[in-house]
Amino acid sequence: MPDPTIVAGIDPVPGVAKPDAILVADGVKRRFGGLTAVDVAHFEVQRNTITALIGPNGAGKSTFFNLLTGFDQAQEGTGTFDGQPLRGMPPAKVARAGMVRTFQLTKALEGMSVMENMRLGAQDQPGENFFTAFVPPLWRAREREITEQAHELLHRFKLYEKRDDSAGSLSGGQRKLLEMARALMSKPTMVMLDEPMAGVNPALTESLLDHIIELKEEGMTVLFVEHDMHMVRRISDWVAVMAQGKLIAEGPAGSVMQNEAVQDAYLGAHHDTDLGEDL
Amino acid sequence: MDLLIDALGESFAPATAAFAIAAIGLNFHFGLTGLLNMGQAGFMLLGMYGYAISIRNGLPIWAAILIAMGTAIVFGAILGWPTLKLKGDYLSIVTIAAAEIVRYAGRSQTFVNLTGASVGIRGNEYKGPFEDLSPFPDERITVLWWTYHGSASNSWWLRLVAWTFVGLMLLVFWRLSRSPWGRVLKGIREDEDAVRSLGKNVYWYKMQALIIGGVIGALGGVIWSLGNSVQPDSMGRATTFWIWTLLLLGGAATVFGPVVGSIVFWTALSLVKGLAKLFIPESIMPSTVIEPFALMLVGVTLMLLVIFRPQGLLGNKKELAFHA
Repeated sequence: MPDPTIVAGIDPVPGVAKPDAILVADGVKRRFGGLTAVDVAHFEVQRNTITALIGPNGAGKSTFFNLLTGFDQAQEGTGTFDGQPLRGMPPAKVARAGMVRTFQLTKALEGMSVMENMRLGAQDQPGENFFTAFVPPLWRAREREITEQAHELLHRFKLYEKRDDSAGSLSGGQRKLLEMARALMSKPTMVMLDEPMAGVNPALTESLLDHIIELKEEGMTVLFVEHDMHMVRRISDWVAVMAQGKLIAEGPAGSVMQNEAVQDAYLGAHHDTDLGEDL
Repeated sequence: MDLLIDALGESFAPATAAFAIAAIGLNFHFGLTGLLNMGQAGFMLLGMYGYAISIRNGLPIWAAILIAMGTAIVFGAILGWPTLKLKGDYLSIVTIAAAEIVRYAGRSQTFVNLTGASVGIRGNEYKGPFEDLSPFPDERITVLWWTYHGSASNSWWLRLVAWTFVGLMLLVFWRLSRSPWGRVLKGIREDEDAVRSLGKNVYWYKMQALIIGGVIGALGGVIWSLGNSVQPDSMGRATTFWIWTLLLLGGAATVFGPVVGSIVFWTALSLVKGLAKLFIPESIMPSTVIEPFALMLVGVTLMLLVIFRPQGLLGNKKELAFHA
């Protein structure tokens, strides 16, 4: 459930500074030819909150997401995650620093079993080194730890029975769950979810929401892109709204949708002007 | 009966082993990592040159093998450096061109003192030290139905060493493909970005896969050259496609696929050729046409295989199947 106390006292204005920001982006610009897809002056994410990033289609949410996670590089701007500068950091390094992401189009590794998917998510496996790989005694102990951790997560995400099936045989919703569970294998401090509800059947929505809330309870920070406003209201402590590449509003979920700039962005500036008589 | 014995003899010929080794290398590229290396013959040729030239200059066998492997490491690094950051197709374009560059450089008169240009390097210039190691007598030996020389060229000794190498390479593949290292490669084969998002340096892993597969290809080249001679045109594009063919035939991403593929491919080819010679009268098909005819039949068989069993003989359709 949204917890108003952790964001209490933060001014609901775009680009506002947060008392304990884990992720900071400053002056981020991404242009594709003549089109400026992202132009965010300042954005901060408060630690241990669930923050939603919303906006109409083409607002630049996903591009901004890619910039933050290193999958795309901005032409201008800087950012820090947990005090480390993000500029120029490749995606793998961002993930190792503790910020893992999922994808809008789920990327389950379909030719591999559910269990192998999970194991791949873990960090610090010495057997991932070419030379160490030849000598199993050097990595078996860590492999056992990883397997145990994977079993726990699979139980929690109700995929345990599927552990030996190939990931390609899972349903769309189960793949989303697997992707999230796999991301948790690295024990991240921040989880970035790109449209976690896209293509998930309604029966699974509730459990997916619960899983996201659990992440916060375990001390993680969540930033997610979503279209489903119902879901945004249900779980997010704070909502940031983008339109045409810019951050146009921020605030608690309840009030941000009342914001005039937000309504204009979603519905057009003249949505409540009666045009009928002038035609 | 002779026909069958000849064909079965192919199944453990040194060339079959050499191709199996090269295909194990390609299995690291394509089977595990999904890299489309279309220049495996180039790696083989480099291994052949590395070994033969080293021996001719008086280096011991172990050093010559290390140099053969070293050339493959350098070649792989040069190929991978600009291309592995790009999506898959670029690698196949660059590798096919690079393998041709190696072949043309080998043929060129510029390096005639090193490579012997288009004539190549004759066997007796570099086979000596290897054949001297043979524990077998220096004469023709018959085992069961097959008679080969004990030590020289296409010999029992070379067969023993070649298949020992196949065994070793199988062991390497088996160990690595079932390690966390191999798991990262399989992840890359499925989806690079997903593996990046899990904190793995994809570029570096692809580089390692390209190099290890290339080094194994070079070793296959060394084995091949010990049964033949070093001749650049024997390692053209067709060789690369044969290696692909027998890998897909046996089943990519499986441990024994490349070996089974190589054995089935060469045995079948020999059998088809023999049968054609036996049953098709000279007036209908002169002996010069038999060779291309046999290759054509093998080609048709392979098309049927890809259509009806895209995962190969041993493969797992859920893991990796050949689909265009």
